Amino acid sequence: MDTLATTNNTIIQVQDLTKVYRFGEGEVHALRGVSLSIQRGEFLAIMGPSGSGKSTFMNILGFLDQPTHGQYLLEGISGERLSRDELAEIRNQKIGFVFQGFNLLARTSALENVQLPMIYARTSTLKRKEMAIKALSEVGLAGREHHHPSQLSGGEQQRVAIARALVNQPSIILADEPTGNLDSKTSIEIMGIFQRLNRDLGITIIMITHEPDIALYAKRNIHFKDGVVVDDRENSSRLTAAEGGRA
Amino acid sequence: MTRLIASLHIALRALVVNKMRSALTMLGIIIGVGAVIAMIAVGSGAKQRIEEQIASMGSNLLMIESGSSTSGGSRMGAGTTATLTVDDAKAIETEIPGVKYVAPSIRGVAQVVYGNQNWSTGITGTSPEMIEIRGWSLSTGRPFTEQELDGAAKVCVLGETVAENLFGGIDPVGQIVRIKKIPFTVVGALTPKGQTTWGQDQDDLIFVPLTTAQRQLFGQTFPGMVRNIAVQAWGPDEVKQVETQINELLRQRHHIQPNQDDDFSVRDLTEMMSSREASANVMSVLLGSIASISLIVGGIGIMNIMLVSVTERTREIGIRIAVGAKTRDILLQFLIESLILSLMGGILGIGIGMVGTIILSSFTQWPILFSTTAIFLAFLFSGSVGVFFGFYPARKASLLNPIDALRYE
Repeated sequence: MDTLATTNNTIIQVQDLTKVYRFGEGEVHALRGVSLSIQRGEFLAIMGPSGSGKSTFMNILGFLDQPTHGQYLLEGISGERLSRDELAEIRNQKIGFVFQGFNLLARTSALENVQLPMIYARTSTLKRKEMAIKALSEVGLAGREHHHPSQLSGGEQQRVAIARALVNQPSIILADEPTGNLDSKTSIEIMGIFQRLNRDLGITIIMITHEPDIALYAKRNIHFKDGVVVDDRENSSRLTAAEGGRA
Repeated sequence: MTRLIASLHIALRALVVNKMRSALTMLGIIIGVGAVIAMIAVGSGAKQRIEEQIASMGSNLLMIESGSSTSGGSRMGAGTTATLTVDDAKAIETEIPGVKYVAPSIRGVAQVVYGNQNWSTGITGTSPEMIEIRGWSLSTGRPFTEQELDGAAKVCVLGETVAENLFGGIDPVGQIVRIKKIPFTVVGALTPKGQTTWGQDQDDLIFVPLTTAQRQLFGQTFPGMVRNIAVQAWGPDEVKQVETQINELLRQRHHIQPNQDDDFSVRDLTEMMSSREASANVMSVLLGSIASISLIVGGIGIMNIMLVSVTERTREIGIRIAVGAKTRDILLQFLIESLILSLMGGILGIGIGMVGTIILSSFTQWPILFSTTAIFLAFLFSGSVGVFFGFYPARKASLLNPIDALRYE
């Protein structure tokens, strides 16, 4: 990683990305040629109406889906010729996912939820626990390790999900509408966590949102429409969020 | 190793969360394995009982009975007329090479008295070889001797039931009992053989020398006549040959014309019992197969529930795949789940099957026998049912598309 960073600070390189879904006779062009590059340490907000292709774009960035044409490189790695299991390994090592609906395992403690990526990384039980406790305190949930998702508020559940995304020390965090299920106060707290992780740990964050005021917490805003990028600019009026105490 | 422990942990957790469903799924396997265990126990119990009887009957044994008599045109059953003699027995012993022992015998029922105890039982007058031929052994004392046979000595050997009823716990050897008021010295007692399949007590009898029985106990119209002759061949290969030779010899000795029926019958008792054993074998295989079908039905139950479980947990699977679970991880997780279900079902089934069989046999008095091999095989079989029927749902789960799975409601 270091060699790549010194020679080139680009973490994501996307070239003429297209994605076509076929349904029997019909075709849907979800992406029609997207090209952009993202630097290490960026905090990106992707916006756009539904059907604009932003989710498809995120799935491709997350190695969950493959483009029909074009190239996507994450730290110089292309998923084009990789097997299902090799893709799973890249997701495990380099990508942290945060979802709108939190996607935590029910009836499973916060601590165990955070350990999930490490289980598949074959981390030892002891180390797993240690790292999970650390990640939970990183998002302000120290002392709540043994709570189950049903015992936590929405904001707290999203913090657990962020801890899970962090725990394998990924290169990027992909957040798909992370505040979509949260009230505005909690949303700002989550943005505060993202900003701190981005600032202090230098983690690259790419976030989809449909709320313009949430996008203001990111450094760069990209607008999708009909499968292409229609607007890509630095956020000139960036807000700084307070993380708030424990909910 | 870490992977296996982690998968085991995940699987156990999923099963505990759905206790009721896990229990119901296991029920199919429990019933299947329980039925297999019970059927095999009953089958091998019956088989063992028959084997014991064959052993207790004496091996390579031929029984010659005096033949049917014809009285006024209607034929009576075998043994109704005494046509066999002591001389026939002697001729068989000396003239047929494959013969090991020959024991002629006559039988009657009489009352036996010792002190103030009395008991009615079957008295068999025979030669000392009878004890050897029928596979008896003595728990105390000795059999009577050739000298005692020749001298018509008043000695007897008691069966266990008779000894128990007359003497209780006391050693009967050297005591005097009265049979038909004639005093006999007890020289030995037999070790018990138990009941026959048809529930007859084999130990309720007394052996006395043939000569003594003929002269003192059962006065006969034709001296020298015997009821039957037991013949033991040297080995199982000689039995058929000896049977043929006995037939020829006796027809000759009894002056039977080629177109006339035998006035005696020779029966191969070992063969009779062997055929019963064979049918018991067929029976237990049949019962076992029927029980195995229920085990397979149980396996289909596991597959069914695992498929439901995979569908229900689509989102969970999606999360796991998204954060880096490989195909093998998911496959292993669900396979272990179904394996645990089936093995636990197997263990419970073995327990319940055994308890059920014991209860059944206490009501029906059927003999039962638990074989370690059968129990081990049932356990192994239930495990393979789990893997076999768990594989398809597990494979289905491991190949889910993470995007669709995460979107699944």
